[in-house]
Amino acid sequence: MNLGASAQRERLRGAGGQARYQTAGPDGRRSTLLPRELLWIALQGLRQRTLRATLSALGIAIGIGAMVAVVGVSASSQANLLAEIDSLGTNLLTVTPGQTFLGANEVLPNTSVPMINHMSAVQNAASVYQVSGATVLRTPYVPKEQTGGIGVDAADPGLLKALGGRLTAGQFLSSNNDAFPTVVLGAQAANTLQIPNVNGRLQVFLGGTWFTVIGILKPVVLDPNLDSTAFIGLPAAERLFQQQPNPAEIYVRANVNQVTQVSNLLAPTVDPQNPDGVQVSRPSNALEARAAAKGQFTTLLLGLGAVALLVGAIGIANIMVISVLERRAEIGLRRALGARRRHISSQFLAESALLAVLGGVSGLLLGAIATLGYAVAQGQPWVVPTYALIAAPAAGLAIGVIAGVYPAGKAARLSPTEALRAT
Amino acid sequence: MSLTPNQAETEDGVSIRLRGVSKEYPGGVHALRSVTVEVGAGEQVAVVGPSGSGKTTMLTVMGTLERPTSGDVRVAGWDAGSASDQELAALRAHEIGFVFQDFHLQDGMTALDNVANGMLYTGAPLGARREAARVALDRVGLSHRLTHRPPQLSGGERQRVAIARALAKRPVIVFADEPTGNLDSRSGAEVLALLHGLASEGATLALITHDEHIAATFPRRLQMRDGEIVGDDRQ
Ligand SMILES: Nc1ncnc2c1ncn2[C@@H]1O[C@H](COP(=O)(O)OP(=O)(O)OP(=O)(O)O)[C@@H](O)[C@H]1O
Ligand SMILES: [Mg+2]
Repeated sequence: MNLGASAQRERLRGAGGQARYQTAGPDGRRSTLLPRELLWIALQGLRQRTLRATLSALGIAIGIGAMVAVVGVSASSQANLLAEIDSLGTNLLTVTPGQTFLGANEVLPNTSVPMINHMSAVQNAASVYQVSGATVLRTPYVPKEQTGGIGVDAADPGLLKALGGRLTAGQFLSSNNDAFPTVVLGAQAANTLQIPNVNGRLQVFLGGTWFTVIGILKPVVLDPNLDSTAFIGLPAAERLFQQQPNPAEIYVRANVNQVTQVSNLLAPTVDPQNPDGVQVSRPSNALEARAAAKGQFTTLLLGLGAVALLVGAIGIANIMVISVLERRAEIGLRRALGARRRHISSQFLAESALLAVLGGVSGLLLGAIATLGYAVAQGQPWVVPTYALIAAPAAGLAIGVIAGVYPAGKAARLSPTEALRAT
Repeated sequence: MSLTPNQAETEDGVSIRLRGVSKEYPGGVHALRSVTVEVGAGEQVAVVGPSGSGKTTMLTVMGTLERPTSGDVRVAGWDAGSASDQELAALRAHEIGFVFQDFHLQDGMTALDNVANGMLYTGAPLGARREAARVALDRVGLSHRLTHRPPQLSGGERQRVAIARALAKRPVIVFADEPTGNLDSRSGAEVLALLHGLASEGATLALITHDEHIAATFPRRLQMRDGEIVGDDRQ
């Protein structure tokens, strides 16, 4: 209220007074609704019908919550796999014997590992060799058949490095010890044999001889088969079991930016006579594909979320139409108090938008909590994509505005006198 | 476009002028039939007549809430026929106060905020509106009821809140449609005294009533029947 305006009014009030003002003049002689006030009256409108507002926002909350959960769970799983791939490295290649045309297994030459290690773009390579017929037992009194599924492999000392593997205890095979009866257990193997650590020089009965456990591996992401394996040195295998095993699987670390070239050269290097009998693969590719698959949202769930959103939007539109009908008297009053049609429509539009944004934010929280629950249960990192933080309220806003257009227009078109007569 | 206020009209002291104003509602209801009337600035007019005679219709046309089917409407120097929604809304926001038979207060809001809301569309900030509301409520003798909500107030008090809402913005014209219709005679008399007091400060007052005694307190009375003004007597 400014003095200039009321002074003019004083003049008009008196008979013969002069009135001179403009509709939208700088003295505020205009029908205005400050944005702050708009938000406030929208909030008041919702507060008068809290239960109803909550229920109608619930539809949006569930819809958006479901979508955030779907997106969050996929993102969490994907983050988990990508972290595994990272720890694994994408420069790891494996070489395994292929199959002949008739289905029999090819054999990798014993010179394979040294040949590969001579390649300039290879950082290091190491192999495992299958030791046939050997079993590993906690004591000789356990029947030989009860191996607990533990296999015995010979391994090059460089295997740990090539795998990027780590030990929970002790040390890996090395040129100092691999001719002796020493064994390194995979995580699962150690578990089965109930050997939690390497203290006290525990021994296992392996292929009829006592072997000292010198190390226990952490789980190997790349190849879970290795977890249930007991590794002995190749010289020990040759010496104790009189075997000359061929490489079963060679792990190769290539220079990071030459992985493709190395991959192409591996087969001819390993077996120049029969490169087709050599199978080369890149484990990270398979994992990346799996990660990408996890990153794809389950369309079915997303679709369900979309249906919930649609139902929520219809619910909000419905509630707003009812609200307009119930509040005809208020609408008439506001028009009498100087509200423009546009003020009335923006009031109802703001109410609808606010309702849906609140629904969207609650949905975001619900979805994030659901994702957290899933991530904790699966031991995965908790990831809610940042775009969801913006998209969820924005989706709410968009839905609210769309759902509010019709009721808001209806409110604005009401004749103020009819609205005032309605009580 | 005659959107600028016609100085001649206000200079001649005319606050409301209807010329041949008709209002027809769908269904062939002729609520107003070629009504011509002038109300001077600061004049106090009672509108009387049987139910359905068009009193409310005439008041809403004068108050720019309803556009006539035909005829000329000039209010506070404005040609209501050619003005836009925005301009008429501005006129109502700043210059016109309404008082209704059933109060039209918002139950969820305190008396103070109900009155402050009366100036919501003037664009004045909340602080200024609350201040003006306090003054207005004091004028109607309700300074001890600021934080009460309408359901906690008597009918007479509610109507006084409604009057405070109409007068807080210091309007040029006040329209009252049976403001005492829901009140007992004592509260009715109080409300009437307030409205007369408001008008004596220079605002134009047009008031609909069914009560002969109330009509008798007005210096001018318009008698309506079947959408026409059939009597216009001054004391
Ligand atoms: N929105 C409308 N649609 C159709 N007819 C209407 C509408 N509003 C009013 N009328 C009719 O117009 C006529 C005049 O109504 P109005 O409300 O002006 O009468 P009134 O003199 O105020 O009556 P009362 O003393 O009962 O309030 C009536 O016949 C009424 O039915
Ligand atoms: Mg009436």
